Amino acid sequence: MATEKMNDALKQGVADLARSLARKDFTSVELTSAYLDRINRHNPDLNAYVTVTGEQALAQAAAADKARAGGTALPYAGIPFAHKDIFCTSGVRTACGSRMLDNFISPYDATVVEKMNKAGMVMLGKTNMDEFAMGSSTETSWYGPTLNPWNRALVPGGSSGGSASAVAAHLCPAATATDTGGSIRQPASFCGLTGIKPTYGRVSRWGMIAFASSLDQAGVLTRSAEDAAILMQMMSGFDPKDSTSVDLPVPDYLATLDQPLKGLRIGLPKQHFAQGLNPEVEKQIRAALTEFEKQGATLKEISLDNSHLSVSAYYVIAPAEASANLSRYDGVRFGYRCDKPADLEDMYKRSRAEGFGAEVKRRIMVGTYALSAGYYDAYYIKAQKVRRLIKDDFERAFREVDVIMGPTSPHTAFPLGSKTKDPVTMYLEDIYTIAVNLAGLPGLSVPAGMVNGLPVGLQIVGRDFSEAQLLNLAHRFQQATDWHTRTPGVEGSN
Amino acid sequence: MAWETVIGLEVHVQLATKSKLFSGSATAFGAEPNTQANIFDLALPGTLPVLNGEAVRMAVKFGLAIGAHIGRKSVFDRKNYFYPDLPKGFQTSQLDYPIVGKGSLLITLDDGSTRTIGVTRAHLEEDAGKSLHELFPNDTGIDLNRAGTPLLEIVSEPELRSAKEAVAYLKKLHSLILYLGISDGDMSQGSMRCDANVSVRRQGDSKFGTRTEIKNINSFRFVEKAILIEARRQIDIIEDGGRIIQETRLYDPDRNETRSMRSKEVANDYRYFPEPDLLPVVVDESFIAAVKATLPELPDIKSKRFQSQYGLSNYDAEVLSADRATADFFEAVLKDCDDAKLSANWVMGDLQSVLNKAELDISHSPVSASALAGLISRIKDNTISGKIAKTVFEAMVNGEGSADAIITSQGLKQVTDSGAIEKLIDGIIAANPKQVEQYRSGQEKVFAFFVGQVMKESKGKANPAQVNDILLNKLKK
Repeated sequence: MATEKMNDALKQGVADLARSLARKDFTSVELTSAYLDRINRHNPDLNAYVTVTGEQALAQAAAADKARAGGTALPYAGIPFAHKDIFCTSGVRTACGSRMLDNFISPYDATVVEKMNKAGMVMLGKTNMDEFAMGSSTETSWYGPTLNPWNRALVPGGSSGGSASAVAAHLCPAATATDTGGSIRQPASFCGLTGIKPTYGRVSRWGMIAFASSLDQAGVLTRSAEDAAILMQMMSGFDPKDSTSVDLPVPDYLATLDQPLKGLRIGLPKQHFAQGLNPEVEKQIRAALTEFEKQGATLKEISLDNSHLSVSAYYVIAPAEASANLSRYDGVRFGYRCDKPADLEDMYKRSRAEGFGAEVKRRIMVGTYALSAGYYDAYYIKAQKVRRLIKDDFERAFREVDVIMGPTSPHTAFPLGSKTKDPVTMYLEDIYTIAVNLAGLPGLSVPAGMVNGLPVGLQIVGRDFSEAQLLNLAHRFQQATDWHTRTPGVEGSN
Repeated sequence: MAWETVIGLEVHVQLATKSKLFSGSATAFGAEPNTQANIFDLALPGTLPVLNGEAVRMAVKFGLAIGAHIGRKSVFDRKNYFYPDLPKGFQTSQLDYPIVGKGSLLITLDDGSTRTIGVTRAHLEEDAGKSLHELFPNDTGIDLNRAGTPLLEIVSEPELRSAKEAVAYLKKLHSLILYLGISDGDMSQGSMRCDANVSVRRQGDSKFGTRTEIKNINSFRFVEKAILIEARRQIDIIEDGGRIIQETRLYDPDRNETRSMRSKEVANDYRYFPEPDLLPVVVDESFIAAVKATLPELPDIKSKRFQSQYGLSNYDAEVLSADRATADFFEAVLKDCDDAKLSANWVMGDLQSVLNKAELDISHSPVSASALAGLISRIKDNTISGKIAKTVFEAMVNGEGSADAIITSQGLKQVTDSGAIEKLIDGIIAANPKQVEQYRSGQEKVFAFFVGQVMKESKGKANPAQVNDILLNKLKK
């Protein structure tokens, strides 16, 4: 009986859990224990978590229960979740998927972490990721690949694959994630989740380990738009500690979730429905779009003329920034240091050679090259110009349409190891998502169909700071469809 | 063949902000290692810079003081290189869009002539930490207290033509930053550091020679010596048929020579690119106007005013206005005694030499401005002579009280009673008939003998002018 009650609890999302906890259907400690138990059973296989903070989670849960008994609990107190291991968590290892930081216990909390703590949320642990968020499959992690719970021979996507796998496998109801080129949306698509990357500057980057500073943005992976709205509400807002965070009020995302879609103009970039898109995926996306039409939206083909340049521009800008961002990992003050360095240069060289994985080193080299004297104008400056053109494309499009929709990824989840040999094939994974980061716009992926038993994601891109609208559209879609409720099976894997 | 030295200076001035350029850590000098380094200064993962507005204000203040263009939108860049005392692996600096653009500095040379030297630009950047090699036998310690301290790098045009001009420029800059209160300017603590770009060319050539850069020269004297010795080295090489290599050199004051630094450091490619963690710094007109309103009267203007208002010579006015505290002291003395020339002479002369000897700043002068004015007033009203005044001043320096008190207690009051002086002179004339005879027969230089006798008899207290007059009268009879 108790097991059945908790099995039901493990199916609930954030919004449901808030209601259940308020009704005292179960306590946060019961819920947290059930999750820890489930993680214990399934994580060794999935490798979604790299660190499980059971003791701390139970303490947070007990504190939430106490507050609830005393009537002082905040609405989402006691709800378990997971942090991507890119967010610094005080007293807990923050490794960012890298051997370089395997020994790094952060002495401070990221702003996102601080906000979740203040809300009374219960951190179950830290999730696996591509090393320094560099990858699209969670295969570059020092801690080994994470598996896709829909099919364990497949990748969960990346770089937030640990978070996606954990939420999809019900090892947590929701998880934080980050997106530099598609790292929230593509795993959401591969794992059948709702994933939102807000506008650049919406969520503070303080304490979020930098990959590419001008592109990185934090968001969430959840099983519904409503849950995403709740968590985005919690995470968003100006932070004086992040000079690039934007000082704009955060709208009430829940308040507008149900707004009708009548009159909505949806743009479909022809470049996102062109060669390379899996026909079965396209069929699902087209079918999903008719649902929006049914609710009163109109569809219009648009053109993002420079979208074919986005991957190239991204792979100059992101590695260039990364090459400098990762210079601090030098073996001097923290992190990995090689054994018995002969001198300073030896320490630098071996610490970095041994502490970083192949993909990270590849990007540091690409970025260093792009910034070098004699190449800077041809690569970095040129890429910045392309970035401007891409932003202009979106601005032009948003004069004709309100939002842009299309597939999040050209295909469903791919087999482990199938793209690791060829970096460029892996880079092309983000072909539909990467331009959104270059333009700094908000993007969301919502489950919109299945192909051969695997989820397909629909990407919705909006104007700057249109998160409320994206969540509204996703929610309305989820009210009319049940794709987001499909899971790899809680009972099945029990 | 005459040679001309061409010099451009890059001066790093540590700004006197309370906290660092991009973090809230304190900047005080001399704290225990790493007690002023927070998680940002240590470059922990996930930390981000936040610009210190006070540093921007100080930079703008400097820009306005040299009549420079203020960058309305300046941009920070990352300058990438690995070094243990550079925690992030890059220095945040400004390359293409500095906060301060073109301006100029008026320098005064020893002969009183002036020259205007162009300032190319000034930009904000962060300082590095320090490596401590002495503390540990086999390891190097890193102290990050200084890491992130704001620096203003001020770059001159290559318009200086001698080591002396370079020193004059540096002194003017030093005077200006103290005036503005944007740095303590203490060269011995590295608050002001100088790199000199030096080249030589034959007199009349229009093309510059190949330059070398002498790094981190930390005193006015060394700047002069380093430039002289480097110019000499370059001339010798060229005259011997050699060529100058563009390189970075270090000045060794002990051996008075410059030495090449490792060529590896010269060949650094810093891979500058805009710092994505910071927005461009936008400075608007109202901000500039607000900073302008805080500018003090600057040395050039003060010097002109001292000349027109007080009738001081160009030289006196320049010397007094070079240091803000000295100028203020001078004006305080003047206010109480109302004699500009005497005030200037005493402040620049006797007082300055006492301060120099005791290595004291004028703000710690043992004689206050009003006390000095009290002394000058007694000279002015003939209570004491200028000569006696020196004795009184010495006593004042020794803390024996005010000028009046010392004059009274030591009986130094000048004798101005002409009857008394006449009586004294009569006695001396009577006692020295031989000398009187000599004088009256045309040996006028004997006059000095009589003056000496009178002053001796009066213990220096007789008013010299009166002594002269009366003596002349009496001897002519």
